[in-house]
Amino acid sequence: MPHDHSDHPHALLPPDPALRVKALETILTRKGLIDPAALDEIIDTYQNRIGPRNGAQVVARAWSDPGFRAALQEDATAAVSEMGFYGRQGEHMVVVENTPSQHNMVVCTLCSCYPWPLLGIPPGWYKSDAYRARAVRAPRKVLAEFGVTLLPETSVRVWDSTAEIRYLVLPMRPEGSDGLSEQALAALVTRDSMIGTGLPRAPEGAP
Amino acid sequence: MSDSAPEPVFEDPWHAQLFALTVHLNETGRFDWPDWAARFSATLKRHGLERELNGGADYFNAWLETLEDLLAESGEAGDGERDRVRQAWENAYLTTPHGQPVHLPG
Repeated sequence: MPHDHSDHPHALLPPDPALRVKALETILTRKGLIDPAALDEIIDTYQNRIGPRNGAQVVARAWSDPGFRAALQEDATAAVSEMGFYGRQGEHMVVVENTPSQHNMVVCTLCSCYPWPLLGIPPGWYKSDAYRARAVRAPRKVLAEFGVTLLPETSVRVWDSTAEIRYLVLPMRPEGSDGLSEQALAALVTRDSMIGTGLPRAPEGAP
Repeated sequence: MSDSAPEPVFEDPWHAQLFALTVHLNETGRFDWPDWAARFSATLKRHGLERELNGGADYFNAWLETLEDLLAESGEAGDGERDRVRQAWENAYLTTPHGQPVHLPG
């Protein structure tokens, strides 16, 4: 007899890990150790309110405002906190600036440390063994897979994040973007360009 | 591997629940984040000895195992208690008519 999924007599059983997560939530809620509403709020925050747009605002402001850029180099944690972006895990943020002679790329070889307040939750590839192991060993090869080819004279520096220090790449401002507003500049900043596995978009009409 | 296509923040709802649970426990002071990161990276390393882990289900399975071990160690959710409550949830799903909300009895 064919198995008809539209005809389940009972609720669809979630996968084993989902049941294990529910068990933990139930136990901790019964003991008064967690507040289920707080969990919903955290999920909402990371799903809807925190993401690469935050980091893009920081980059666009650094491109437009030399004073802010200097403050970012001096103490990125303080500079981005003033924009309302701060870590909930007490981490320090460090901004590494791309130049014609040095391209920066961020990895976490131990687990998946990432500047959450500026970029949100890392993409799957950032958390994969493939990226975590190879970003350090063969950064140019990994960059090529992302479609990034650098000039031979540009060196690549890989920054290994930790629970305490999270890096954000400040990409070079694209050519042909003179006179654009901060908002227009922010639209050029991609998530990958702030991890160092991409470059910002070229402005429309640029050669 | 580009960011031109939109991807969901969390691939699966339980990834989101697990993430939020862990962040909440950290924020309420059950453990500090460097301790969490050290434990989690040890689990990833152990799992990664057998095969190359992807950044999706493999990653969150390692995350779950780390949190279960941590809470068992601290006595907040022991192995036996976890198994019993997990089984109760499974039974609840299997005995709740399709389309109705699933609750634990009692």
